[in-house]
Amino acid sequence: MQLQQMYQEIILDHYKNPHHRGLRDPFEAEVHHVNPTCGDEVTVRVHLEGDGPEAKVVDVSYDGQGCSISQASTSVLTDLVIGRTVGDAFGTMDSFVELMQGRGKIEPDEDVLEDAVAFAGVAKYPARVKCALLGWMAFKDAVARVVDGDGA
Amino acid sequence: MTTTAAPLDVAALRADFPILARTVREGKRLVYLDSGATSQRPRQVLDTERAYIETSNAAVHRGAHQLAEEATDAYEAAREKIADFVGVGTDEVVFTKNATEAINLVAYAFGNATFSDDPAAKRFALGPGDEIVVTEMEHHANLLPWQQLAQRTGATLKWFSVTEEGRLDLSNMGELITPRTKVVAFTHQSNVLGTVNPVSVLVAKAQSVGALTVLDACQSVPHSTVDFRALGVDFAAFSGHKMLGPSGIGVLYGRYELLAAMPPFITGGSMIELVHMEKSTFAPPPQRFEAGVPMTSQAIGLGAAVDYLRLLGMDAVAAHEHELTGAALAGLQEIPGVRIVGPTDNVDRGSAVSFVVDGVHAHDAGQVLDSLGIEVRVGHHCAWPLHRKLDAAATVRATFYVYNDLADVQALLDGVRETQRFFGVNA
Repeated sequence: MQLQQMYQEIILDHYKNPHHRGLRDPFEAEVHHVNPTCGDEVTVRVHLEGDGPEAKVVDVSYDGQGCSISQASTSVLTDLVIGRTVGDAFGTMDSFVELMQGRGKIEPDEDVLEDAVAFAGVAKYPARVKCALLGWMAFKDAVARVVDGDGA
Repeated sequence: MTTTAAPLDVAALRADFPILARTVREGKRLVYLDSGATSQRPRQVLDTERAYIETSNAAVHRGAHQLAEEATDAYEAAREKIADFVGVGTDEVVFTKNATEAINLVAYAFGNATFSDDPAAKRFALGPGDEIVVTEMEHHANLLPWQQLAQRTGATLKWFSVTEEGRLDLSNMGELITPRTKVVAFTHQSNVLGTVNPVSVLVAKAQSVGALTVLDACQSVPHSTVDFRALGVDFAAFSGHKMLGPSGIGVLYGRYELLAAMPPFITGGSMIELVHMEKSTFAPPPQRFEAGVPMTSQAIGLGAAVDYLRLLGMDAVAAHEHELTGAALAGLQEIPGVRIVGPTDNVDRGSAVSFVVDGVHAHDAGQVLDSLGIEVRVGHHCAWPLHRKLDAAATVRATFYVYNDLADVQALLDGVRETQRFFGVNA
């Protein structure tokens, strides 16, 4: 059934028991993103060490309210990027964005995306793609602000 | 104004709507509960549009050839029908793209009046010290144009709040509507709560201080007998696509005397009287507000939708929806963990039923319902401040119309229970 394809156990697990949730110090940038069609929102903080693509993502903390897809995908994001370099994290993000915009026709690479492969079913529902990308776009924005020196 | 008091024969009229015969999501029967966003169209509307295009299509109010004559006649006949449907004069009906444009037309005309040197336009002018009053339950379409007008002119925006039950809080009406008030803009029927507002009370108060009234009638005109003159409002707006008609056609009603004094919003072809290189004068209403070649087949299609609704009888339409709304309200209240956002008593209330399912986000509930073929709206339904006020980030909204029946209500109730089971809440 389509519904189970979309709401994989991994997604429901992350939704019910989110990883790295809560806003923490220290951080260099905090951003607030909303999905204007449904009012879902997320606040993301990033703590980086170093400069450029080799900077390390030491922490990503977040808070927000939204549907299971947006909340679970933000939880998965933190698992995938914390402890990695910005370059690696953005590489993973590009793969995730490609998967989500693929209308369900892209075969995800589990080595790269790990738990995020569970969102392959969501890609078949264009109206929900924005939900899945909410936290990721906030992360991208927050990192860009640190790099551009506009953290606040 | 209705032609029959007979109850709706839903099974028979459903045959007029080809889309209702299709299935969705792996063969599920389509249970369309999103008419509050846009309604489906009967064959009669589609046939009328097609016949016009196949026989008489031409640019209206321009050419002198036979097709232009026929097209203009058909367009103006539609205006006459639509005007009669809402109890107003034919030259008091302005065709717009949709209700949003209709409300913006009024707001921008007031803004233009503010900077006009025409003495007749002065009555619409706004400035610092003047006030515009709206309500917290407005659709963004009847909020943002007034917010923007206030910002442009320096006027102040004030608003009625909403009670926990989802009714308008009139307790401070005397403080809100004062001699400073120039405009009172409010919805007839909330697109989220279903609440029908006491138009006569608000109009009487507005009139007592000389303020103009603007009614958002998008959710009332499709569902019940509405007579703008009897209501006493100065302006009103509604959309064709929410009343079995085409998209791309909306209606602005304005009292003729006001339209005649009001400067235009959009200018250009066919809204003029005399044009010189330095300066121009404008046509009388409604043409003054219909610059450019208008959406003709859509207006004619809306005329056919009005014919269709009149044949059903608006009293019968209202009674039918009242029954479905009552069944939905009762059924949802029997499900533990479901909270209705809006009045739970089926009094002064239309067919929009919004709710939250504890522990399940509206998007997720909508997804489960969709998988069962039940098409509802999820989100804030373009009424974000209202959702914030009622402490709901997003709601699920079911809206009923002529082609829905009790089986659709039952499908919704079963679907909500299935949603709870799927997400493991209240199971």
